[in-house]
Amino acid sequence: MATARASWGRTVAAHAVLIAYTVIALFPVFVIVINSFKSRKAIFADPLALPLPGNFDLVGYQTVLKQGDFFLYFQNSLVVTCASLFCVLLFGAMAAFALSEYRFRGNSLMGLYLALGIMIPIRLGTVAILEIMVASGLVNTLTALILVYTAQGLPLSIFILSEFMKSVSNDLKNAGRIDGLSEYAIFFRLVLPLVRPAMATVAVFTMIPIWNDLWFPLILAPAEHTKTVTLGAQVFIGQFVTNWNAVLASLSLAIVPVLVLYLVFSRQLIRGITAGAVK
Amino acid sequence: MASVRPVRWHIAVFLAPAVLVYTALMIIPLFGTLVQSLFNEDAAGARVFVGLRNFATLFGDALWSDAFWNALGNNLWFFVIHMLVQNPIGVALAAILSSPNLRMAAFYRTAIFIPTILSFVIVGFVWKLILSPIWGIAPGLLDMVGLKSLFAPWLGKEEYALTALALVSVWQFVGIPMMLIYAALLSIPDEVLEAAEMDGITGGAQFWKIKLPLILPSIGIISILTFVGNFNAFDLIYVAQGALAGPDFSTDILGTFLYRTFFGFQLQIGDPYMGSAIAGAMFGIILVGVCLYLFGIQTRLRRYQF
Repeated sequence: MATARASWGRTVAAHAVLIAYTVIALFPVFVIVINSFKSRKAIFADPLALPLPGNFDLVGYQTVLKQGDFFLYFQNSLVVTCASLFCVLLFGAMAAFALSEYRFRGNSLMGLYLALGIMIPIRLGTVAILEIMVASGLVNTLTALILVYTAQGLPLSIFILSEFMKSVSNDLKNAGRIDGLSEYAIFFRLVLPLVRPAMATVAVFTMIPIWNDLWFPLILAPAEHTKTVTLGAQVFIGQFVTNWNAVLASLSLAIVPVLVLYLVFSRQLIRGITAGAVK
Repeated sequence: MASVRPVRWHIAVFLAPAVLVYTALMIIPLFGTLVQSLFNEDAAGARVFVGLRNFATLFGDALWSDAFWNALGNNLWFFVIHMLVQNPIGVALAAILSSPNLRMAAFYRTAIFIPTILSFVIVGFVWKLILSPIWGIAPGLLDMVGLKSLFAPWLGKEEYALTALALVSVWQFVGIPMMLIYAALLSIPDEVLEAAEMDGITGGAQFWKIKLPLILPSIGIISILTFVGNFNAFDLIYVAQGALAGPDFSTDILGTFLYRTFFGFQLQIGDPYMGSAIAGAMFGIILVGVCLYLFGIQTRLRRYQF
């Protein structure tokens, strides 16, 4: 009896701690979202009240949508994030496959060279990256951002994916070779489907900093037609600092896409890191 | 002759895209920045080689060094707070989450990770609102529990602003150590834990004596990721306090200092050479930290294989 009660007490304590921390984690998001649906007066009068028929107001969303540009910013962010993610996953998986599958001269040296970027942030090269982009005429294009984010994401993705690929059975690959599959077919048709959990992990870790980055959009692509949502929201806050309805609505809108992407990948996430290099 | 193997072109094809993009946009720019830090302009505006003089100016000339040491000190404090608050909370949450038969673990895990996926713009703005003395969510909440006298406009006071921002950053990123430690705890084999239970080691003792030693390598990885991330931080300070890192530079860290120096801000004109020197100094600091970890700590960590 005594032990059963002790473990019951421990379960309650565990839930209490977790619920408390969940409240801390979600409270700010909750504050933004509920206030974005309220009238201006209600936001100031009682910031913690729920949006009820008396104070419900969509004026913030109307302002943001009338602004029009926000759709463009969304589109830019989506294009940049998806294109960089695609390049990081494809190039990263290819390089990881080469490093983990074949023994060739300079293999470990190449692995070390590619892993250097995990420790040294790409931001420190900004000065020279800007010069390269100016010289090649890529300033204020989405291509510049995609290229930089691809370079930024590659080291970690190669590191994680090559650990995973080492665990793909050799028998399977050799069976494929005997059946006459080319090395490319082995990679695309046998290995890639097997490392999907790892790809999801890499996708989450790559996607979040890209979607949220303020530094490179601010420096490489600050023009109106290439602004990302993060930069757009920052500028919007600067311009509409007194129009809280609009600011809160724009922030709520900026949360949605990354939240959806996260929920899509998160089921794979834990499986990915549990089996992976970082354990 | 038979020993000459055909050139395996597919290896080159697999490696080429990653190596090209990575070299062109990461290694060459980093190298270029380091080289640029050795140059400066002469009186006529021409680019001349000055050796390490930019660094001497940065570390020794009061005009620059005050700002530099201030930023470095603030950055250290920023890092200390992350190590003392973020990582212990992350480990504790992971330990609770990984306890067997816990219901709704997936929900908690997902919810606690959500701040990590938010953009700095959102995080900076919402915490500014919450802590604002005008809108008054924080004073209101403190009032509810009768502690209103404790409230101060934390972000506006020189002595609190940096700590407050570091704690906001902790709030945002606690999900990363939690996730990685959680994964490490899940990968401890059941036999080990069962053997411990046989010996009567359960609960808290089990965590300290069995699990913690096993996850030390993961804690090491988290520490080094925290270090690199903190000494590279910029966005949160920029969105919350602007490039001037107010009040009176009390929240200035190396990232904001680099931004102001290189691109200029308001009355200050941008200086690419000194900017490169600051980037070079940051590069050196991160490199020293990583090497200290790799050779001083990681080699002493004992790893267990199952």
